[in-house]
Amino acid sequence: MRYLPLTPTDRRDMLSVIGAKSVDELFKDVPASARLPGKVSGLPDHLGELEVERAFQNFAAKNVSPSTAPFFIGAGAYRHHVPSTVDYMIQRGEFLTSYTPYQPEITQGTLQYLFEFQTQVSLLTGMEVANASMYDGSTGASEAVLMANRITRRTKALISGGLHPHYRNIIETTAHWQGYSAVAGKADPEGLEDLIAKVDKETSCVVVQNPSFFGHVRDFTKLAAACHAAGALLIVVVTEVVSLGLIKPPGEMGADIVVCEGQSIGNGLGFGGPYVGLFATRDKYVRQMPGRLVGETVDADGKRGFVLTLSTREQHIRREKATSNICTNAGLCALAFTVHMTLLGEAGFRRLAELNHAKASELADRVAALPGVKLLNDSFFNEFTVRLPKPAAPVVEALAGHRILAGVPVSRLIPNDPAVDNLLLLAATETATQAGMGPLIAGLKEVL
Amino acid sequence: MVQSLDRSQGRSGGISADAAAPATFTGNRALQIEEPLIFEMGQPGRCGVDLPEPPKVKDRLNGLKRAGEIGLPGLSEPQVVQHYTRLSQKNYAIDMGVYPLGSCTMKHNPRINEKVARLPGIGDLHPLQPVSTVQGALELIDGLAHWLKTLTGMPAVAMSPAAGAHGEMCGMMAIAAALEARGERAKRKVVLAPESAHGTNPATAAALGFTVKPIPANERGRVDLSALKAALGPDVAAIMLTNPNTCGLFETEIVEISRAVHEAGAFFYCDGANFNAIVGRVRPGDLGVDCMHINLHKTFSTPHGGGGPGAGPVVLSAALAPYAPYPWIVKDGDKWRVAEDGAAVDGKPLGRLKAFHGQMGMFTRALSYIMSHGADGLKQVAEDAVLSANYVMAALKDIMTPAFEGPCMHEALFDDSFLKDTGVSTLDFAKAMIDEGYHPMTMYFPLVVHGAMLIEPTESQAKEDLDVFIAALRSLAERAKSGTAAEDFKAAPRFAPRRRLDETLAARKPVLRWRPSNNPPEGDPMKQAAD
Repeated sequence: MRYLPLTPTDRRDMLSVIGAKSVDELFKDVPASARLPGKVSGLPDHLGELEVERAFQNFAAKNVSPSTAPFFIGAGAYRHHVPSTVDYMIQRGEFLTSYTPYQPEITQGTLQYLFEFQTQVSLLTGMEVANASMYDGSTGASEAVLMANRITRRTKALISGGLHPHYRNIIETTAHWQGYSAVAGKADPEGLEDLIAKVDKETSCVVVQNPSFFGHVRDFTKLAAACHAAGALLIVVVTEVVSLGLIKPPGEMGADIVVCEGQSIGNGLGFGGPYVGLFATRDKYVRQMPGRLVGETVDADGKRGFVLTLSTREQHIRREKATSNICTNAGLCALAFTVHMTLLGEAGFRRLAELNHAKASELADRVAALPGVKLLNDSFFNEFTVRLPKPAAPVVEALAGHRILAGVPVSRLIPNDPAVDNLLLLAATETATQAGMGPLIAGLKEVL
Repeated sequence: MVQSLDRSQGRSGGISADAAAPATFTGNRALQIEEPLIFEMGQPGRCGVDLPEPPKVKDRLNGLKRAGEIGLPGLSEPQVVQHYTRLSQKNYAIDMGVYPLGSCTMKHNPRINEKVARLPGIGDLHPLQPVSTVQGALELIDGLAHWLKTLTGMPAVAMSPAAGAHGEMCGMMAIAAALEARGERAKRKVVLAPESAHGTNPATAAALGFTVKPIPANERGRVDLSALKAALGPDVAAIMLTNPNTCGLFETEIVEISRAVHEAGAFFYCDGANFNAIVGRVRPGDLGVDCMHINLHKTFSTPHGGGGPGAGPVVLSAALAPYAPYPWIVKDGDKWRVAEDGAAVDGKPLGRLKAFHGQMGMFTRALSYIMSHGADGLKQVAEDAVLSANYVMAALKDIMTPAFEGPCMHEALFDDSFLKDTGVSTLDFAKAMIDEGYHPMTMYFPLVVHGAMLIEPTESQAKEDLDVFIAALRSLAERAKSGTAAEDFKAAPRFAPRRRLDETLAARKPVLRWRPSNNPPEGDPMKQAAD
């Protein structure tokens, strides 16, 4: 077995140092009834690397890779070009095979990039402070609600009908089992929702998304003011972080907590994970934040260095009084984010955002020109909603039959709501091409 | 005063890498390069990507175009490569040697796992593609699920939790759901957890509104069965128990524990963090477990990545299986589908815990590891991990102090009584290991052992490397016990990229991001270089 260095001689010698006759003796604390006589039955034995690779190529061959098809799917995960440098960096063993930087003297590499990550996230969101990442945007949104409940000592969260349905589901699930209230608005495909009148003295927070799940770009400045007047917090979710290169950041709208899905930068689609959650807030709330934080300090020689800090919030110190049960973050995905963002820089990030907006504008015009198709958005970034003359799910399935990956039928995420059956979400990033848009338009013409 | 370490007992004695060596002009020390933050390196006009000029279109941003600078620095690609390469060289890693961090299972991370996770037909799939275009991906997830269920002897598994702690939340929610279905949720408000439990256990239980009641350990480092029985009653929802436990010991009375818990109408949550000790050799289902999360980044080698991403699938007993969160991967005839809401499955899902379908990238890597080992190799993994830990324990027990008697499982726990009156603490001992070229063991955990040192060598180390590691620890223990080296230990590490860092300062005056006004401190090489 190529991964196991001990030889039979080693094992014998080690047993003799231990003073045991066999390895079985070392398992004597396991009740006899639970000790298997041999290996677990019904499972195959080990394989060489060649055979393993073949098995995975077989899995891969049964999928349609977006690199081989016209592709317009978004809805919380976006296909962008990731520079080769990013993947090279995250595969360096010093990053890949290191753990949580519990020993800061020999993990300054991890700690410094996380400090850079925290700074980048603060700048992008327009917030004062960010943590060292969450599992992803969806779980981060739920943690943000819990944080708002702690800060306000209230238990009612208002959820926008423009929030990604999976994010809403997670907040509702957590609310049910953790015993607070999450009041979700109706799905808001037209972007007409006004939550200001619903904010009251029991509201702990309002959770909105920008651009919304349906693509609308909104200013939440007035909503923030209304929240603050009522003693509530405004949580702004961003599922497409590239939009922050072109759109006024939530921090400038008065958001108290900003949660982003960071996948678009540095991280591939990966069939849904692992991704990286960005989580930012105001300085005054930092001690109620979940997750890890890296801070600057000095070493015994006075040199600048970085450490995990404010860990008295965390489960390994506070146990049942912790701000969250979270232990792991998304370290390596945060590194991918940081390396990609550093390559982009101010100029590259802004241009990337402009390219996305331009591609989506072109696609929107072409799709909206099809007979019977109505664009629901006055505003959008790189994704928008159209109403088709017939249910969207079979249309998408029919186009998939032609190897065209034509967006997400809203009914997939909001089932059993006839009002959304004909709605289709379409996204175009910088990776969209003329060669891809042509077949989509032709395909839609054919099946509609 | 700085003295050079007496390395006469070390294997490479005579090398004079002394912290008192003269300063260099740059502040660098050969391969240890001082590195500024990216924010101190950028220049306007530099960029590490080439993107085409966007066509001029009228924006449709509802008048909300971002104004002003974001403040991101501009660097070229070579600068970015050099910067992060230099940072990487300040990290210790599994790829460099023994990484005996107890409870973390820092085993070898095979590179084939990385390769297959990046196949375009796997790594480049969108989670919301039509299911007809991702049949292979769903088959892959189900394939891993099959292995996890078979290895644990459990009938079901929830795949979506993003990490171990997230899996704990999932498992405890499933228990709450089962209690709710029995109409007992309101009256069963207590969760029992041993004092030695991971901090995530009480944190998870408390988040779900349970009151956590600690169960003491007996003198053998196991759950005190009579104390447990006394604590069990109609108010108890569950016990959360790590097995093998955090002292590296198998709970010898586990069958009695699970029987007593079930007789009291409660559930048995097993923290599977230490599954590596028994994988392929013992099935938790045979021990009466109701649910257990599996940290794929521990037992199944997905990379730890500087603290994530993880993945925490939860295996479930028949009693809890109906409550598994969606999505469920379901096979209808020869086609796979994803049941993404409660109405689409034959059960009572507790809800949704994560967007999309879970940590696919980790599933791929874990399955690659599992298929590489097979049933025979996984059994050998557990045996070699346990053998290596016992070997370390046996080779050190005369000079360090094991916390408990008898064989351990996959990790060896020592207390600090061998350091009594030496002036050297567990922390000092750990920091001295850094100068010897090792990542320290887990320190001060579990909390039930004074000055704990928890060593988990894993199955990945050759005997020769374990022997040098053992010799280094013996040398440190002898030096500590000589009673004359306390100052040396307090000054360690000397040869790492940084010496001990002031954590009190970091917490008292938090600096959590760079700002233009953040200047490197006096004494920092960056500051001197800038001056």
